[in-house]
Amino acid sequence: MKLDESVQTKWKEIITPDNNIFSINLKEIWEYRDLLLILMRRDVLSIYKQTILGPLWFFIQPILTTATFVIIFSRVAKLSTAGLPPVLFYISGIVMWGYFSECILRTSSFLKDNTGILSKVYFPRLIVPLSLVLTNLVKFSIQILLFFIIYTYFVVTVGGIHANWYSLLFPVLILLIAGLGLGFGMIISSLTTKYKDLVHLTTFGVQLMMYTSTVIFPLSGYQDSKYKLLIMANPMTGIIEAFRYGFLGVGEFSWGLLGYDAAFIAFFMIIGIVTFNSIERNFVDTI
Amino acid sequence: MAEDILQVENVSKIYKLGELNTGSLSTDIQRWIHKMRGKDVSIERLAEVNDRSKKSDSKYVYSLNDVSFSVKRGEVFGIIGKNGAGKSTLLKLLSKITKPTKGSIKIGGRIASLLEVGTGFHPDLSGRENVFLNGAILGMRKNEIKARFDEIVAFSEIERYIDTPVKRYSSGMFVRLAFAVAAHLEQEILILDEVLAVGDAEFQQKCLGKMEDVSKNQGRTVLFVSHNIAAVKRLCTSAMLLEKGRPKLIGSVDSVIEAYQDYGVDLEQGVRSKIPGNSKGYFTNWKLEGQTPQDLHTCFSGENIQFVLEFKNNTYLQKCQIFLRLLYDEGTTLMLIRSHEYSVSDLSLEPGTYNFKFNTSLPIKTGKYDLQMAFVCHGEVIDEWETSTKLKVLDNFETLTQDSNSGILNVKTSFKYEGVDTLNLSYT
Repeated sequence: MKLDESVQTKWKEIITPDNNIFSINLKEIWEYRDLLLILMRRDVLSIYKQTILGPLWFFIQPILTTATFVIIFSRVAKLSTAGLPPVLFYISGIVMWGYFSECILRTSSFLKDNTGILSKVYFPRLIVPLSLVLTNLVKFSIQILLFFIIYTYFVVTVGGIHANWYSLLFPVLILLIAGLGLGFGMIISSLTTKYKDLVHLTTFGVQLMMYTSTVIFPLSGYQDSKYKLLIMANPMTGIIEAFRYGFLGVGEFSWGLLGYDAAFIAFFMIIGIVTFNSIERNFVDTI
Repeated sequence: MAEDILQVENVSKIYKLGELNTGSLSTDIQRWIHKMRGKDVSIERLAEVNDRSKKSDSKYVYSLNDVSFSVKRGEVFGIIGKNGAGKSTLLKLLSKITKPTKGSIKIGGRIASLLEVGTGFHPDLSGRENVFLNGAILGMRKNEIKARFDEIVAFSEIERYIDTPVKRYSSGMFVRLAFAVAAHLEQEILILDEVLAVGDAEFQQKCLGKMEDVSKNQGRTVLFVSHNIAAVKRLCTSAMLLEKGRPKLIGSVDSVIEAYQDYGVDLEQGVRSKIPGNSKGYFTNWKLEGQTPQDLHTCFSGENIQFVLEFKNNTYLQKCQIFLRLLYDEGTTLMLIRSHEYSVSDLSLEPGTYNFKFNTSLPIKTGKYDLQMAFVCHGEVIDEWETSTKLKVLDNFETLTQDSNSGILNVKTSFKYEGVDTLNLSYT
C-alpha cells in the first residue's frame, strides 16, 4: 500500500459532484487569457467581414437613434434636454446606454448561443461573457469616438460647455456598466438554461429599463415628481448623470447615487456568480 | 510500473428523461419545499438502469452506474460499448463538460478533449485564424500554437488554402485542418471520441499513425472511444467494455473485444454429454489451444489455433484415421481435415486416452460453426460425434467481411489500380 502512495503523483484536479458556489477560479481564467483575446478578435472581425461599410456600422446605429430621439422627444414632444443641444444630450445617453444594453443582451444568452462549443469542450465558461463584454467595449470605443467628434463640434461652435474633473471618473463608469451587464447577464443566462421564458422578457425588460433611466429625460426634470425615486433606483441613472455632469457640466452628480450604483452592481454580481456556479456543473444536460 | 494518471471512482450520472421545460419550475419548488422539511430529495432513488428498449415509469435513468477504473501514464485506453452504453457521457464527465451525480474523478495532468473535430471553427475566419481559435479553445497558449503552426499546416496538407475562410473548404479539408490542430496539442491526456470516423481512408491511417506516435513516442495518455474496433485494437493497450452504464469488463484489448462479441452461454462446454455404449472408442470432448480468447471454443478469425479432440479407446485400434469437419449455414461443409493426409499413414493406438491435435488457422468471417468429428479404423466408423458446442469465430477487424453478402472468407486484401491504356477525354 505504501509503495502505491510513493509512486503516485499529486492529482492536479479532482472532479466531484459539488462545487463551491461563491468562488470564481481566477487563476484558471488567467491561464485561458489567450482564448479571451482570440474570441474577442473573432467576434470583432466576424462582425464586418464581407460587409462594405465594415466598422462604420458601429456609427450608424447611434446616429439614427439620436436623430429619431431629436425629432420625437425634442422637436415634437418638446421635452427638456437640460439646456443642452438635443443632439449632444441624446447621444451621450444613447452611447452609454448602448454599451449597457449590448452587454446585458449578449451575455444573457451566451450559454444558449454557445451550446455547440460548451457541450463539446471545457474551458472556464466565464471566458465567454468576459469576451463579450470586451468585444462590446471595442464597439463602444468606436461609438464614444462619435460622441467626442460631436462634442468637440459643439464645444467649438456653441460654447458654454465645459468638462470638469469629474470627467476623470469615465473609466470607473465603464467598469460599472460592464459589471452591471455581466451580473444581470449571468443571472439571466443561468436561469434561461432551465426556464426559456426569460429570453422574451430580457429584450423587452431592457427596453423598459431605458425609459426609467435618464437617457431621454434629465433627472433635473423630475424635480418634486413622485417618480424621481423610481428613476434614481435605476442603476444606470447615476452613471449617465455622472457622465453628463463630467463632460457637459449639467445634471445631478452625487457620490451617494454613484455609491448606490456601485453597491447595487456588486450585489447583482455576487448573485450572478452564485446562480452561475450552481448551474454550471449540469447546464449542458438541461439546455 | 507506471503510475496512475487518471482514477475514476464509483462515478454515476443520472439523466432526466422526457420534457424538461414544462413543469420544471413546479418540480423545483416541490423539491425545494421537501428539502426545507429535511426529506430525502436525491434523485438517485428514482433512477433505474438505462435500457432504451424498455418502457418505464421512472423519469430518471442511470447513464453511468458506479463506474470505476484507472488509467496509467502513457497508456492508450479504449472504451467500447453499444450505443447508449454511456461512452459519451463518460467522456463528458472526464472532460469536465458536465459533473457526475456521484463519485469522483482524479486527474494527474492537463486534459485535452476532442469530442468533435473543429469545435468553435468560425466559417468566416481564415484557416490560419481558426487554427489559433481552435487551439485556444482546446487549451493551448498562443505561443504554443505559434511554435507548432507550421507543423500543423504541414500535417493538414492544405497550405494553399490557409488564408481562405474555412466556409470555402471542402468538408475533407475542414476535417484535416481540425484534426491537425488537435493532434498537435501538448496536454498529457488526450480524450478522443469517434473523431477518426471522419475523413478519407488515407487520412484516417495518418491519424492513427499520429495517435500511435503520441502515445508510444511522446509518452502521453490517450482515452479512445470508437465503434471502429479495428482502430481500438490497433491503438489500445487495454480497454473497458461498457454495457448499460456499467463496466462489463476492464482488461486487455483482446479480452474486451472478445466480450464485446459475446454470443451467449454454452452449457455443454465441449464435453460430450451422451457417451455411446459398447463402442470400441469414442470422443469425449474438444477444445481449442493457442487461441487469444479465454473461451476454449472461441478464436479470432485468421489466428493460429489448434483443435484438440480427446478420444478414449478400450481396445487396440489399428489403421486409424481422424476426420474433422467444419460446417456453416446448417450443413454446408466448409472444411474437412483428414489426419492421414498430414500424419503417418498407419496410426495404431493402445487402449487409453489420446489427444488428437490439428494445427490450423481459420480466415473466415465471424460467426458460429458446427463441428463434426469421426474416428475410422480399416474403413469402419468407430465413432461419430456432432458436438453441440459450436466453434465461435470472432472478427479480428482486419478486413470488413461482416455482412452476409461478403462471403465466408476473411482475408486481408490490398487494392490498387493503374491505367494500361486510357482514352484522354479532357473537358476544357
